Amino acid sequence: MDDNGKSPARPDPWQQLRNLTPARIALGRAGTSLPTAAQLDFQYAHAQARDAVHLRFDLAGLAAGCGQSLALHSAAPDRHTYLQRPDLGRRLNEASVAQLRDYAKAQPEGVDLALVVADGLSALAVHRHAQPMLQRIEALAKDEGWSVAPICLVEQGRVAVADQVAELLGARMVVILIGERPGLSSPDSLGLYFTYAPRVGLNDASRNCISNVRLEGLSYAMATHKLGYLMREAWRRQLSGVNLKDEAQIPVLEGTDEVRPGNFLV
Amino acid sequence: MSFVHTVAGTTWRFESLKQLMAKASPARSGDCLAEIAATSDAERAAAQMALADVPLTRFLSEALIPYEEDEVTRLIIDSHDHAAFAPVSHLTVGGFRDWLLGDDADEASLKALAPGLTPEMAAAVSKIMRVQDLVLVAQKIRVVTRFRNTVGLRGRMSTRLQPNHPTDDPAGIAASLLDGLLYGNGDAMIGINPATDSLSAISELLKMLDGVIQHYEIPTQSCVLTHVTSSVAAIERGVPLDLVFQSIAGTQAANSSFGISLSILQEGYEAGLSLKRGTLGNNLMYFETGQGSALSANAHQGVDQQTCEARAYAVARHFNPFLVNTVVGFIGPEYLYNGKQIIRAGLEDHFCGKLLGVPMGCDICYTNHAEADQDDMDMLLTLLGVAGINFIMGIPGSDDVMLNYQTTSFHDALYARKTLGLRPAPEFEAWLARMDILQQHDGQVRLGSGVPPLFRTALAQLK
Repeated sequence: MDDNGKSPARPDPWQQLRNLTPARIALGRAGTSLPTAAQLDFQYAHAQARDAVHLRFDLAGLAAGCGQSLALHSAAPDRHTYLQRPDLGRRLNEASVAQLRDYAKAQPEGVDLALVVADGLSALAVHRHAQPMLQRIEALAKDEGWSVAPICLVEQGRVAVADQVAELLGARMVVILIGERPGLSSPDSLGLYFTYAPRVGLNDASRNCISNVRLEGLSYAMATHKLGYLMREAWRRQLSGVNLKDEAQIPVLEGTDEVRPGNFLV
Repeated sequence: MSFVHTVAGTTWRFESLKQLMAKASPARSGDCLAEIAATSDAERAAAQMALADVPLTRFLSEALIPYEEDEVTRLIIDSHDHAAFAPVSHLTVGGFRDWLLGDDADEASLKALAPGLTPEMAAAVSKIMRVQDLVLVAQKIRVVTRFRNTVGLRGRMSTRLQPNHPTDDPAGIAASLLDGLLYGNGDAMIGINPATDSLSAISELLKMLDGVIQHYEIPTQSCVLTHVTSSVAAIERGVPLDLVFQSIAGTQAANSSFGISLSILQEGYEAGLSLKRGTLGNNLMYFETGQGSALSANAHQGVDQQTCEARAYAVARHFNPFLVNTVVGFIGPEYLYNGKQIIRAGLEDHFCGKLLGVPMGCDICYTNHAEADQDDMDMLLTLLGVAGINFIMGIPGSDDVMLNYQTTSFHDALYARKTLGLRPAPEFEAWLARMDILQQHDGQVRLGSGVPPLFRTALAQLK
């Protein structure tokens, strides 16, 4: 695109505000409409988010990087169904149920912790962040002396599918790592949901959520710190969810020396 | 009593008014998820024919959700104005559609009719209306409200400036706020969805917005969207609060899942009134709604999502709201699957709300897992602009970086002003002209060439 170096669009004379927020401010205007560059930037971001929603979960790729794992599938056969039937994404298909039953038969004493990974609404998030988070959570379990089941990888899964996995495995705690709904600026945000005494039929009131795990969001270290606090407290108090507040003392893990200017308007 | 309709030799039977309404509802994923939708296109069309034959009075004798079980039903029945209903009380649903499209239905007669209509009547007639019917009838109706300015006048459309920030950082909020003001947005309100829901954080945001509005003498109002009980607590602590927010739904059970009831809303309304902060009027409740909210709380009681939504407007109108906002595409594709469903739902909600006397706005929006894009939003924005909507959202570049969804931008509002000649609220329009931000004449929209002097002072602080 050659406009002889000069676009007929006008920039906004408040460009300096752009470093105060990730919001799309000071975009300028063509007439009073969005200039071409800003318009195409938006479309690209939307395309990335859409692609993240429809990206196929690479179970084999993730399994190769884990220790022992089990490949499972929800009752939603495909993405089209998954998006319209959240109830199907919350439970396993029959083959997966049978697979877990078989596994559990050989482990009658159950397990302290089940770890589940599901694509959710962004397989991209899982591909990028699940493995480093799993390593940290497994190290945490080792430190606490908790036994851990093979990692359960669930395709077309929603958060509550973890309850069924855990129930079938006889797990006393479960953590699910799941791709969150992609934002325009965050196609790869991972969410962690933790439940003590998981069983089918629980709702969000029984879970604790740690959201926005990604490079530009909550770091792996911080997410692990918060999760570790919740799990140790849950193990001690035998509960999770709304009655278990995240009161983790936040150590200064990443230096933020930056001084924010505050409300400069008044 | 069941409903039987025979068409072209095939007889269709519907077991109840509730089932008939659900089967007559234009297709959408939420009703399929609830397993109450028509199972074929022909069944849906036949249900619409059967519904068209139902007398409007039937809705006064057959409650979709029992009176004894649901306080929203009790509100609807107990507050029904029989005298206002008289002009259409002899009509069927189909006859009512014809009446609405005719010349007897004008701004004055529709305003007088509103208290005589129940949400179920509005929902029923909307189900047999096409998009152009929903637009044509809605644009006859004006619902005007006042707080520190006047919203809803004919030929005008306001915007809610939504300067959200992922961590509620004051500088980040101020940056988006200034961007929006300089694009002429913010007359419906300056409203923040807080990332942190603590009372102290909410109080700081309210003080910040109040400070900005006072400093620049902006004829608008502020809102921080928190639970109504938190707003009451903030008011008790002397925090400067303009509009009292709450998400509401159309069944008692769904409202209960939001932690509210009619009496809790009444407390919030009275707390807001006690502050006497409105200069032109006392409309001060701000409600958000959206199709699918009752179902998502498993509290729809077999009623289709569009009818549940219309029932939420009966809750809203009881509290003389300043604005009601249907957040149409936020809920996701399991309720409204694609652009077509979102567009139709937005127009139904606007029509039903206006018909019931509610000051409707729309968060014309979508999420990234819905089959929708900017083109769909442009269509809905244009249609709602023609239909005479009271207000839309305005956010930087359509991208809400806190809530992770896309809605209408500051630029989008100017598009509607230019193409449809829609002006801001008169008091705000005068302020924009005085500040040399925006002038609008004869279909032309002119933005000022630089930063107004008062705001230059603010920007200079950042250097």
